[in-house]
Amino acid sequence: MSNTIMLDPTAELAPAERQTLPRLETLKDATIGLLDISKPRGKEFLDEIEKHLLTLGAKVKRYRKPTFARVAPKELNQQISVECDAVIEGLAD
Amino acid sequence: MIEPVLTELLAHYPENVSVYVQDDPSFPKSVENKIDDTSLEFSYKNNIEIVPTLICSTQSKETDRTFGWDKAEWQKLTKLSSLGKDLDDFKPGCGSKTQEPGMEERLAARFDKELLLSRSIQLADLEDEIESCYERGWSDGLPVVPPTTVRVIRMLRGTNRSPSEIIGNIPPDNVPCSIEKVAINAVLAGCKPDYFPVVLASVEAALKDRFCMHGLLCTTYFSGPVMIVNGPVIQQIGLNNGINALGQGTRANATIGRALQLLIRNVGGGKPGGIDRAVMGNPGKYTFCFAEDESDENWSTLAQDQGFERRDSVISLFAGEGLQPIVDQKSREPGSLVRSMAASLKSVVNTKLYGGADAILVVCPEHRRVFRNAGWKKEDLKIALYDNLMASGADLIVGAKGIAEGMPKKFENKIINKFRDDGLHITSTGSKAGMFSAIISGWVASGEKGSQLVSQRI
Repeated sequence: MSNTIMLDPTAELAPAERQTLPRLETLKDATIGLLDISKPRGKEFLDEIEKHLLTLGAKVKRYRKPTFARVAPKELNQQISVECDAVIEGLAD
Repeated sequence: MIEPVLTELLAHYPENVSVYVQDDPSFPKSVENKIDDTSLEFSYKNNIEIVPTLICSTQSKETDRTFGWDKAEWQKLTKLSSLGKDLDDFKPGCGSKTQEPGMEERLAARFDKELLLSRSIQLADLEDEIESCYERGWSDGLPVVPPTTVRVIRMLRGTNRSPSEIIGNIPPDNVPCSIEKVAINAVLAGCKPDYFPVVLASVEAALKDRFCMHGLLCTTYFSGPVMIVNGPVIQQIGLNNGINALGQGTRANATIGRALQLLIRNVGGGKPGGIDRAVMGNPGKYTFCFAEDESDENWSTLAQDQGFERRDSVISLFAGEGLQPIVDQKSREPGSLVRSMAASLKSVVNTKLYGGADAILVVCPEHRRVFRNAGWKKEDLKIALYDNLMASGADLIVGAKGIAEGMPKKFENKIINKFRDDGLHITSTGSKAGMFSAIISGWVASGEKGSQLVSQRI
């Protein structure tokens, strides 16, 4: 932890921890991105996930990071955020 | 010179004297068992202002103290009539390290745990302070000053009010708000502690029922709080009432207006897209605060119009937005200028809508001079404007002039004024050169149905 301590300027009605985005209420007609991080066998795992998602009525879009060693390029992040309602990142190993 | 005094003191009272050292714990060498107070905890908690300070206590309760070297006092307090007999009678001593600039707040943050009640948030090692404020949703879009404990304590030094005092319920969530929370948001906004009394007054003004802050925040309309400051405080804290008074570049103007907006966002929960439903908003919702040019003794100030004296420092809040210029570089007599201004004022909100929105007419110094040279006072201008702001209902009703928007048909045979009674305010600011006045247009829900101009003594 750093030594910087800040005082909460809010009414403290919400927990101090950062909040997750609202969850999807249904997968039906939602567009789900599947992000392959470029590790071996990631594709097979995501293929299975895609089958399940399609069964549940979701639309699926596939993406792939150029390399698992680095964070996703900004352009890819922006593309996913524009095109999808949610994203599943397929970790391997 | 202190060393022989301490040696002598310890020789007489070996069990009952404690020596605290603020800077070099090895000094003085001849005194054993010195207590290291380089953290300044003891000094801070005992309000030491001068070193040396001699404190006498019985059963841990202070009974007497002297500071600096006043030989007679030291001898009296220690009951040692020969203490330091070879020394000068008087030396003033030095300032305690606790009194160094900025130190008091740092010590309060460290040792006064009861002072502040807000939740403290410790950042992770790699977290950027400013980015983390953004991520937590505390910003209006521009960077904020991270509200560290020391900065908040420093801000609170700008007032005598207790940090725990509740100033009121902040809309839209109507959450009780302490002076401490106002201070945190004033830090976020970039205020100096000197500005804090003005910020507090702006909050009190905003919470007046007449101002209707809740509705103003929620509205789909453009408006937000516009602040006008009057009185000696303008000079004291350096508010701009001259060149570019309504523009950028002056810290006091920029940050005081911003502090109220951030408080409403953070404590009140009023966020754009949430409770704030503005169709477009206006840039003044970041901050909109300026001071009046009060240089003409014979031209009443906005605060005077509201019943205050020139010696009072006052902040007024108006629900308004934007600026509409009035260019008139030709009028040299008041009749022409007042007609010119009235014609522009008629376009507030919509040229066919009357009586809904209030407005502030901001008269520039050169236009003010036109009135003053003709012997006019502000009251004369008000009366003349009123006369020139009348219009025939037939031209304003729905459908008239081929425009569906307009006043209800019942006004067809009436002569009506652009503004409701008390709906047009006049202030003055800006640089000495340029015949450019301005209109700050008000919320369409002005008056008792919505918001009215409010003023609060600072």
